[in-house]
Amino acid sequence: MEVIFLLIGFSLLLAIGFLSAFIWAVKSGQYEDKYTPSVRMLFDEETNDSSSLNQNDPNPNKE
Amino acid sequence: MAIITENIILCDHCGAECRTADITSSDKHFCCQGCKTVYDLLSDNNLCTYYSLEEHPGETITSDPDNNRFEYLNHPDIKNKLIEFSDDDFSVVTFFIPSIHCKSCIWLLENLHKLSKGVEHARVDFIRREVSITYHPEVLNLGELVKLLASIGYEPQVNLDNIDKKERDRSNRSLYLKLGVAGFAFGNIMLYSLPAYLSHEPLDPNFQFVFSILNIVLALPVLLFSSTDYLKSAGLALSQKRINMDVPISLGIIVLFSRSIYEIITGIGPGYMDSFTGLVFFLLIGKLFQKKTYDGLSFDRDYRSYFPLSVKIRKDNKEQTVPVSSLEIGDYMNLRNRELVPADSVLMSDSTLVDFSFVTGESTPIEKKKGDLIYAGGRIVGQAVEMIVSKEVSQGYLTRLWNNEIFHTESQDKDLSTITDDASVYFTLGVILTAVISGLYWMHISTAIAVSTFTSVLIIACPCALALAAPFTLGSAMNIYGRSGLFIKNTSIIERISRIRSIVFDKTGTLTQSNQSNVNWKGQELTEYELKIIGIILRNSTHPLSKEISGKMTSGEKHEPEHFEEHTGLGISGRIDGHTILAGSINWLLKNNIDVNPGDEKPRTEVHIAIDSHYKGYFVLGKSYREGLPQLFNHLRNNFELALLSGDNDAEKSNLVRFFRSDNQLHFNQSPEDKLTYIKNIQSNGNRVMMLGDGLNDAGALKKSDVGIAVSDDVGSFSPACDAILDANRILTLPTYLKFARSSMVIIFISYTISLLYNLIGLGFAVQGMISPLLSAVLMPVSSISIILFTTTATHLTAKKMGLSSWR
Repeated sequence: MEVIFLLIGFSLLLAIGFLSAFIWAVKSGQYEDKYTPSVRMLFDEETNDSSSLNQNDPNPNKE
Repeated sequence: MAIITENIILCDHCGAECRTADITSSDKHFCCQGCKTVYDLLSDNNLCTYYSLEEHPGETITSDPDNNRFEYLNHPDIKNKLIEFSDDDFSVVTFFIPSIHCKSCIWLLENLHKLSKGVEHARVDFIRREVSITYHPEVLNLGELVKLLASIGYEPQVNLDNIDKKERDRSNRSLYLKLGVAGFAFGNIMLYSLPAYLSHEPLDPNFQFVFSILNIVLALPVLLFSSTDYLKSAGLALSQKRINMDVPISLGIIVLFSRSIYEIITGIGPGYMDSFTGLVFFLLIGKLFQKKTYDGLSFDRDYRSYFPLSVKIRKDNKEQTVPVSSLEIGDYMNLRNRELVPADSVLMSDSTLVDFSFVTGESTPIEKKKGDLIYAGGRIVGQAVEMIVSKEVSQGYLTRLWNNEIFHTESQDKDLSTITDDASVYFTLGVILTAVISGLYWMHISTAIAVSTFTSVLIIACPCALALAAPFTLGSAMNIYGRSGLFIKNTSIIERISRIRSIVFDKTGTLTQSNQSNVNWKGQELTEYELKIIGIILRNSTHPLSKEISGKMTSGEKHEPEHFEEHTGLGISGRIDGHTILAGSINWLLKNNIDVNPGDEKPRTEVHIAIDSHYKGYFVLGKSYREGLPQLFNHLRNNFELALLSGDNDAEKSNLVRFFRSDNQLHFNQSPEDKLTYIKNIQSNGNRVMMLGDGLNDAGALKKSDVGIAVSDDVGSFSPACDAILDANRILTLPTYLKFARSSMVIIFISYTISLLYNLIGLGFAVQGMISPLLSAVLMPVSSISIILFTTTATHLTAKKMGLSSWR
């Protein structure tokens, strides 16, 4: 039966892990704006590609 | 691709009708150079996705020639107030941008870094219509950043109000954290408590010891972090010799926790930690439910939210930009099209049109002539004008209202004493009395039993269900109101709505439609041809009255007049097919030697027409009333005292008597202060008043009344400080709203009765000393959950019966 103490330890660690994840999510502001991210995630990946291209463009001399 | 329907070309940028097909760029059509400039800028920077996400995503660009308009933002005082964070390399600033309205807006603003190297990163909060921008100040200063935003049609609204309060309300954040911690502890403690409940014989002492220690460790953060709001609020109330609902709750919290510690340490039993954490968890859920707010709406605006930060003045023959607050009497101001007059001033230019919609809700501009006094809050329409300041900003006709004490006293009697607080006084006294009596009763057997019974009563009577009844009923009611077009600031307003006895209406914009006029023709019968040429002439004019009249006419083919002239402040003249048409004021026609029959005396908005030197008649523009008003007033008249406060003259009196049935409750020519005083008088008779208004001139009355409702055609856009914002199209639902508030209060009373029943059952066990952790662990969640189910279901069913939309 002593194995139960080990299991309790694991389950508590797991739960604390989830709690910390929740606290991090709240502190990073994820509960503040619940609408915009749902729109943002639908924008095409292409925007990121071209943005990185554009950022490289202005200083091609470095390469 | 431009959409061409029935020969009308819509602008690819903003969707407005193009007057010419000449402004094009790579097979797209634009209504003006401004829109084309934005398109060119975006296409040069590979940002055309903007146009593929939504059709016509842009705003019409009102081209502004003044390039130094945003210079004032670089002034250190203003800059420091706006910037939230700054270090050597970059700064962070958040702007409110009213024109954010679709996903294209989000996309473009978040790709702002492609337009300027100075921008590092931009993030949009769509609901709040805010964008937070990280930028490099040495590459791009604040003025240039705002100019960049304005150049693509997203001009931020920077005003006195938002530089004064930069702190965002983060209390919801801490509520989430508290709820998360309480839920975590509740779940785990349940896990460690269940074995004791489920087994028939006592647990192995080793297990019991470990479980109990874990329970204490888990419960500590709940006591020290999650429940702090309740403890603090109870402490505050007691120190002011008041009792609110948090007092019995805190009592329960403290007794639950200390008795559990005592039982665990002495080894009597497993304690009540599961009940304790469960209690806090449920209470916090109730709090979160009640706290739902409308982020996109603002209920606390005053005139500072609308007034500009700075204004151009001419001093010693030099133009300079000064903060509005330092305007002095006698300063010469230069105001351009669409700018707000910040202080009462006298017009020095020949004439101008002023739109007072912020102040009165009336959107048809009023004409002002040289030497006229123009009150602060008017918006200049048309050419730039010069004005001389005649009163300081804070002493103006409108702004003086905010010097009134009601805007400076924080706690008002209308915010005190909610139904829950009243109930909690009797409840707390009853519980303490029961606890003491039952404790004394057991005293003769042993002190230990007496103390145990005393604490049992306090534990079992902890008003969890009672405390949840109001938040869940009112929270649901607030949701239902929101879906049916009434957006309420917070749940306590609903209780106030239920007690309303008098209703006071503003006229313009509340009872009348602010953006629609009746256009009537008075005079000779016009032939179809005459109507057509009048329409053509009017369509060429930019004057708002011309637009309003021509908007009502059936749109004919596009036709350029042979000749067209517009004389500001007088009227227009034009020639078509050899016919000369004059349209405008009486003076304009008299000036052109036309014999005009003098109209009746009542001041009205009229446009007179003459064709080929013959006077034809005039168009009368009158505000049209919202539909269904007679039924609305028939409903309300039986149950409420009704009154009308109008800032206008009594020209509309005869129309209004139809609704109100008598004229002794109709008051005209009311100044903003008169309106406030009127409300005060009703209240001094002990009546609770609801005020419905829409302009800044109603702000005092809205604030003073028990429930101030701002009526708005576009809920998101504009409203003075108020308790609730009503979608103007839903004004006919008003009687239902009032009835629903009263039904909600009935539901709260019923659920109070139910939760008291639970308490009585629990108390029955407690006074006999029969309470156990298991009983407490069962009774507490069962009572809470059943109350939550009852209140939400009852509220939604009632709403459905009344025809308010409930479930989505």
